[in-house]
This record gives sequence, C-alpha cells and structure tokens, in this order.
Amino acid sequence: MPKHKRERKKRIGQRIATGFALLIYLFIYAPIAVMIVFSFNDQETNYFWNGFTLRWYEKLFYDSSIVEYLWVSLIIAVSATILSVIIGTLGAVGLVRFEFKLKKLVNQSLYIPIVIPEIVLGISLLILFDFIKLPLGFIAIILAHVTFCVPFVIIIMRGRLAGLDLSVEEASMDLGANRMTTFFRITLPMLLPGIISGAFMSFTLSIDDVIISNFVAGPYSTTLPVKILSLVKTGLSPEVNALATIMILVMLFGILANSIVQAVLRKRASTVIKSYF
Amino acid sequence: MMGDAIVTLLDVDKFFGANHVIKKLNLTVQQGEFLTLLGPSGCGKTTILRMIAGFEDASAGSIEVQGERVEDKEAFERDVNTVFQSYALFPHMTVFDNIAYGLTVKRVPKQEIKERVKEMLALVQLEGFEGRRPDMMSGGQKQRVAIARALINNPKVLLLDEPLGALDLKLRKQMQLELKRLQKKLNITFIYVTHDQEEAMTMSDRIAVINNGILEQIDTPKEIYKHPKTRFVADFIGESNILEGQVLDCQDGLCRIQLETGMVLLQSPNRKPADPVMICVRPEVMKYERSPVDGFSLPGTIKDIIFVGAQYRTLIVLENGMEIKVNRVKPEKDLKEGDSVYLYWEPEDALGIGDLKQGGSVNEQQ
Amino acid sequence: MNSSDTVKINSRLTKRRHFKRNTAPALAMAGPVTFWMLFFVLLPLLYVIFISFMSRDLYGGIAFEFTTENYTNMLKPVYLNVIWQSIKLAFFTTLICLLIGYPFAYYIARKPSKVAAKLLMLIMIPFWTNSLVRLYSLGLLAAPKGFINIVLQKLGLISEPLQMLHTNGIVVVGLLISMLPFAVLPLYASIEKLDKSYLEASSDLGARPAVTFWKVTVPLTLPGIVASIILVFIPSLGMYYVPETLGGGKIMLIGNLIRNQFLVTRNWPFGASLSILLILITLFMLWFYTRVARLDELEVF
Repeated sequence: MPKHKRERKKRIGQRIATGFALLIYLFIYAPIAVMIVFSFNDQETNYFWNGFTLRWYEKLFYDSSIVEYLWVSLIIAVSATILSVIIGTLGAVGLVRFEFKLKKLVNQSLYIPIVIPEIVLGISLLILFDFIKLPLGFIAIILAHVTFCVPFVIIIMRGRLAGLDLSVEEASMDLGANRMTTFFRITLPMLLPGIISGAFMSFTLSIDDVIISNFVAGPYSTTLPVKILSLVKTGLSPEVNALATIMILVMLFGILANSIVQAVLRKRASTVIKSYF
Repeated sequence: MMGDAIVTLLDVDKFFGANHVIKKLNLTVQQGEFLTLLGPSGCGKTTILRMIAGFEDASAGSIEVQGERVEDKEAFERDVNTVFQSYALFPHMTVFDNIAYGLTVKRVPKQEIKERVKEMLALVQLEGFEGRRPDMMSGGQKQRVAIARALINNPKVLLLDEPLGALDLKLRKQMQLELKRLQKKLNITFIYVTHDQEEAMTMSDRIAVINNGILEQIDTPKEIYKHPKTRFVADFIGESNILEGQVLDCQDGLCRIQLETGMVLLQSPNRKPADPVMICVRPEVMKYERSPVDGFSLPGTIKDIIFVGAQYRTLIVLENGMEIKVNRVKPEKDLKEGDSVYLYWEPEDALGIGDLKQGGSVNEQQ
Repeated sequence: MNSSDTVKINSRLTKRRHFKRNTAPALAMAGPVTFWMLFFVLLPLLYVIFISFMSRDLYGGIAFEFTTENYTNMLKPVYLNVIWQSIKLAFFTTLICLLIGYPFAYYIARKPSKVAAKLLMLIMIPFWTNSLVRLYSLGLLAAPKGFINIVLQKLGLISEPLQMLHTNGIVVVGLLISMLPFAVLPLYASIEKLDKSYLEASSDLGARPAVTFWKVTVPLTLPGIVASIILVFIPSLGMYYVPETLGGGKIMLIGNLIRNQFLVTRNWPFGASLSILLILITLFMLWFYTRVARLDELEVF
C-alpha cells in the first residue's frame, strides 16, 4: 500500500538522520573520551591502556607546577570577565541610549575582534604594548582578553536591551528614584540574565584562549593554555588530562548549579513576599 | 469641586528636531478636576503629558505645578506620577514590590510601607495578589497595579497615558467607571490622555481637544459637543455633517444661509450678510421629507438605508456629491433607496462654527 | 513674563540640564567602551598597517624606513607555498564543515525547541575543555600505536599502521573539531527561522524534495551558509596551534608564519604585512557576506 511505503521511507530517513547526528557527536566527543580515559591510565606516554590509577590526580593535588598556571589562568579569566562585563554592560546601554560623534565608529569597531583572525588581534596588541612599553605578562593578558570579550558581551546585551521596555526606567524616575537608583534597581536587574550569559561567554573565551595570550604572555606569567602549548611538542603528561577532566566537570557542575539556583529563585520569589504579611 | 490652578502651561513650545509638535500651548488645569487631553494619535497630547511628568523638556515656555516652575526639576523630583500606556510594571518585582517602589526609594520605614501597600491593594481591589509577578496577571489586573503604584506616592496630579488602550471593550468600560470613582474618592487631579472621545465624554470634568500641537478647545464634555468652536472639534467629537455656505440675511438671530446646492436656516446671533459660515448638523437632528420644508431647499437622493442595531442610518447624497448622514430610530415610511428628498432641521438644532479657517487658534484665554 | 524671556531662561536651563541628563551619563556609560575600542583595537590596527611598510633593523626591531619589501616578500615561493597550503586547508575545512554541518543543523532545527536547545548545548560542551588537550588526545587516537590503528589492525583491514599524524588530513580533522560548532550555530539559526510553509508550498506546487531543497531551502538559508563559511574559513587561516599540535612542524598555516615572525625570527614588519593579508581576505569575505545579508545578522551567539 502506498501509504505504508511512504511511512516506511520516512522512518528509514529518520533513522539515517539520527545515526548521522550520533556519528557527529561521536566525532566531537571521541577526543574528550580519550582525554578522560587516559587521565586514569597507569602509564606515562599514554598510547595504550595500562591499568587504572588515580596517581595523576594525586600528583595534581600534591606536587604539580601545572596547577600554578591554572591559578594564573583563573585569576586572569575572572578579572577579564569582571572588567568586560562592566565595560560591556555600560557600553551596551550607552550605545543604545545616547547619540554621539564616535558612536558609529565604535559600533563598527566592535565587529573587528569578532571577525578578524585572533592572531591579527594578538600581534596588534603585542605591537601596541611594545609601543607603550607595557611589560608583557599578567596585566597585558588581562587587557588583551578584555579587548576580545567586550564585543561579545555587548552583542549579547544588545539582544537583551532590544526586548526591554524603556518606559520602565521612566516609571522608576517618575516614582521618585534618581538615575543611579534607577540603574541599579531597575535596569541592572532586568539585564541580569544577559549579564550572566555575557560573563559566562567571557569566562570561557578567556580561560581557553591560546592564540592571543601566546603573544602577550610574559616569561614569568603564562596562562595554562599557553603553558600546555609549549608542552605539547614533547608530549603531555597525564596529569594535564586529569586537570582538563576536572575543569570540564567543574564547568558542567556550574551550569547545573546555575539552572537549579535560577529555578529555586523563581519559585521562592512568590512565597517570600507572602510570608511578609 | 474645582479650586485653584494646579498645573499651568504658559506659551509652551516643543520641537523634536525640526518638528514643531507643540505650538504655543496655554493650558490651565484646576485643582481636583478630571481633565482629558483628547486628540488623534500624533497630535502631541502624550508629549504634553511627558513634559508635565518631566520626561521631556519644553523647548520654550514654562510649566508650573502648584504655582512653582518645574523646568529645573527632574522627573523624580516632581510631585506628579504617571500611569503608563504599557503599564511599565517592573517585571522582576512582585506586585508588592512594584507598589512599594516609590516608598522604598524614599526610604520610608518598612512597617509603614507594608500598611500603605495594603491600603492601596484594597483601594484597587487586588488584595491577595501581593506575591504575584506582573507576567502572571491579566491586563486589567496589571492596570490596577500600575494605578496603585502611582497613587501610593500621594501625587498632587496623576497623569494617565491612554491607560485603558490595551484592554478589551467591556473591561475598558468597567475601568472607566472605576477610575472616575477613584478620582472622586481621592480628590486628586487627573490628567488623562486618550484618543477615544467616548471615553473622554464618560469620565472627564473638562476635555481639552488637541490637534496638531494646538489646543482647539477646552470645555466641559457637554459644551464641547453642543458648541464646538472649530471645525476640527465638530468633526472629531461625535458625528457631524459640516456644510459650508454664506449668510444671505438675518432676522432676530435667524439667518438664511446659501449653500452650494441649496438654502438652509441657522439660528445664530450676530452674523452679517455675506459672512462665510460653517454649519454643523449632528446626524440625529438631521431630517428629510419628500417635499421642501419652510425656509429650506436642500435636495438630495437616498443612497443607502442601513440597519445598525439601535437605529437606522440613512445616507443622502447632495447634488454636489457630498454625503449626509442621518440617524433615525425608525426609517421614514415609504421612502427607499433612490428616492429624491429634501433635507432640513430645526434651526436651533444646528450649530454655526465661528470661523471658516480650519484649526484657528482658539485658546481658552480668548 | 513675555515669551522671549522664557525662551532665554529655557535655553540657559537646558544647557545645565543637558549635561546632567545626557552628557554625564553618556560619558560614564559609552566612554569606557569607546576608549577601549579606539585604543586597543583601531589604533593598534592602524599601527600594524604602518609597520607593514617599515623595515626590519639588524637586531629584530623596527627601522622606520619606508619599504614595500614586506609585500613583495610574500611572492617568494617559500611563502607563497605556505599561503597556498593554508588557503587550501582552510578551504577543505570549510567545505567539510558545511557538508556535515548543514544536515546536522537541519536535523537539530527540525526537533522541538527544547530538544534542539539541549542538542546544541551538547556540541558546545566540548568547548569548555582545553582545546589543546583535546587536539592532543585526537593525536593520540591517530598515532601509529594509537587506538584507531590498533583497531584497524585487529580487524585485519591493514597490516602496517597508517601514518596519519603529521599529514594535511589530520590537520583538517583538527580544524574541523575546533570549528564545527561555529559552522552549525549560524546554519541552525537560519534553518530554524525558515518557515515550513515555504517547503510545503514548493512540494504542493509539484517540486520533489531535492528540487525544493535546492530551489527554496538553500537560497533562503544562504545568509546562514555564508556566515558559517566566514566563521570557519577566516579563523582556520590563523589557528597556528592546530598544525603545531598535530602537524609535527611540517605543516604551516599563515598563522604559523605570522607567529614565527613575531616570536621566533623577529621580523615584525613582515609579520605585520602577512596580518594585513589576513585582514584583506577577511574584508573580501565580509563584502561577499553583505551581498547576501545584513552585517548585524552575523551575530549568532
């Protein structure tokens, strides 16, 4: 019967599509699986499985120079995120609300760090820091990271702002709140979801950046990815696998915790006020 | 009920770039009255409201609230509050926090805030909703929250910017009466913006008709309907047939008027022969017969008789093609589409509009 | 008070108020980002252009003498070869990204939005791991004694281990793994926006699925296609760490060449001119993009 034929054809098509999608996920996740498996491998060179061990994790906790680079990376990522979110949030609001001479130029230059290859941004910042005699290292890396994070924050925030009813701010002023109060009590809380995703984006961009950091890192302050790049040629020790495994677990946990907290907050908001009476 | 002036606009002009949106506006709002700014969209009525609230600055002229100039005061320093068209409730706050906002930013003690919010909730009949979020409420409920939020500050003047625009017809009618009740009870001055003339008629003590940035007329609803000062007001308020002509002669206030396609009578004091005149005849006072009535000779042809529920509407075409609207509770017997008829009215039912020029500056000072 | 007095007072008030209400907040909000973009993005780029026309001094610094040598240098066979190889690798990466990314994005876009969001999340998660460790692990998989070779040998498909490391192929695979999400996201965004009724209309009018796909689906999702080409091709030219991890130093991208000029051989002017080449390629592709879509639609994040 034709109808059956059609349905069977459709079902086969769907199976092929699902199989194809699974293959792609396999392709993306295979290296991560290898990474995790070898973090438990009882062998230094990591070509084949030699039995289960936790010693790489132990080493990570008790004596490992690699963890120091992680701390540097974390401090840089957190500082760059905070700075980017402040500059980006203010900037997004400012660029939407106000008219000024350089506005068009600024708006267009926001796209530059997004579309040009990272390496070009890296060398141009290297040249700049050389020119203004800023020593390479910690501060230079933070400045560089803020430079490529701010445009992403602004683009995310602009999406939020587009859906924001301007009259809400007027309502706040109308009810007696001055500009500062209005910004902190009304504008900021309403932008909070955008700020959180902008911060998340900045943090992930910053913590994993190799290309740009490599140019502006100094001899005494190097981020974890730059350090790993220098180790890659001689082969990575499994403790690096262990570290990367922990990092992805922490990230996943962060996401999970965030969504739980948000759900709880939404629920509680309505009950808190009721108990107020 | 009415006392002294509470809001005064003196020679106010407003430009948006090269756009002259408010033109030399003079307006006085009395203490305790319900004043409606009525006009088509884009006429500048919302701009007037926003200037009083402090969201826009007047380009020229002065604005006084209780005899005090407010140009140098920020929106948050003025004793007026606004109910926004979109409600503008804070989406991240509960109803309680929304209503309490004005007191919270003034750092009123918590206990007092609690009591006053409670009072306000009772006033707008929203007891028990304090924990809700705006996105979980209906349009009518949001509206009440917006009103409570503005009223908790005890404003001297409450500004309402088309607050009922987003509600459906039935709810709108109910809210109209409720707003009126609130206003009487609290004895606060309301300045209300709408483009809906019926709404304006229902609620207002006085109506200010705005067109194109100009105050056309300010008066009680009855006066505005009965004695429109300009063609725009006659046209905009209620339905009307407007006929242009010239005075032939007058006797004891009764004038014969020559129209393009006929002759009619108009009761009008102090008109001189050859004066141009505009006559406004409401559809409900327009009449017609098979043969001319004394003093009238305005022939036409019935184009359509439409049953519109409570009444019959007849369209009559004059010889120059102009369409005249006539409303009847019952249709005239044995008159049907295509019949020739003569139009007339009781001379005292028609209104002569003063000047021919459209949109002349008829301000309340005159 | 007559009205000309009022006008005067108003204009005086307005000036004072204008600062408080507009200038000050604008300065506080848009000021930092304006400074940042001018000082850290535009100024350095102008300086890069300037340096690309300067000479290199004996000690690896910049000698401020005008020259076009840095550009003519690129035409040397050694460099031309690298540029050509780089473009080739980026091209294949982009092509394969599209070929597997499009059906994949289509598959996701046809799922209910909650499921689609989860599926998209799944392709983003790998990006929270260190990309170098991922690439290194990929290298371990493909190594002569790695998992893939062992399995193939056990299955008897090959007798000798395949030499996969240090080839163009593995570099493309590395680039693919790094770039695939950036191809999928814009494709997903444009396919998801596609109104299904267009497809129904097309099939209603007698077009077979393949015809509908080429005549309706592809043209309507063209902005997404071009966006993903840009987001894959341009970065692929510069991702020097991929060949460094998987190419064993034998394979070079323009990015490796630039990096060497700055960090190894210290010929900044030549490195600057190579960067200008990348910028020109980028500008060309953006110009191409503006022919099919508006620039701000490139914001797919």
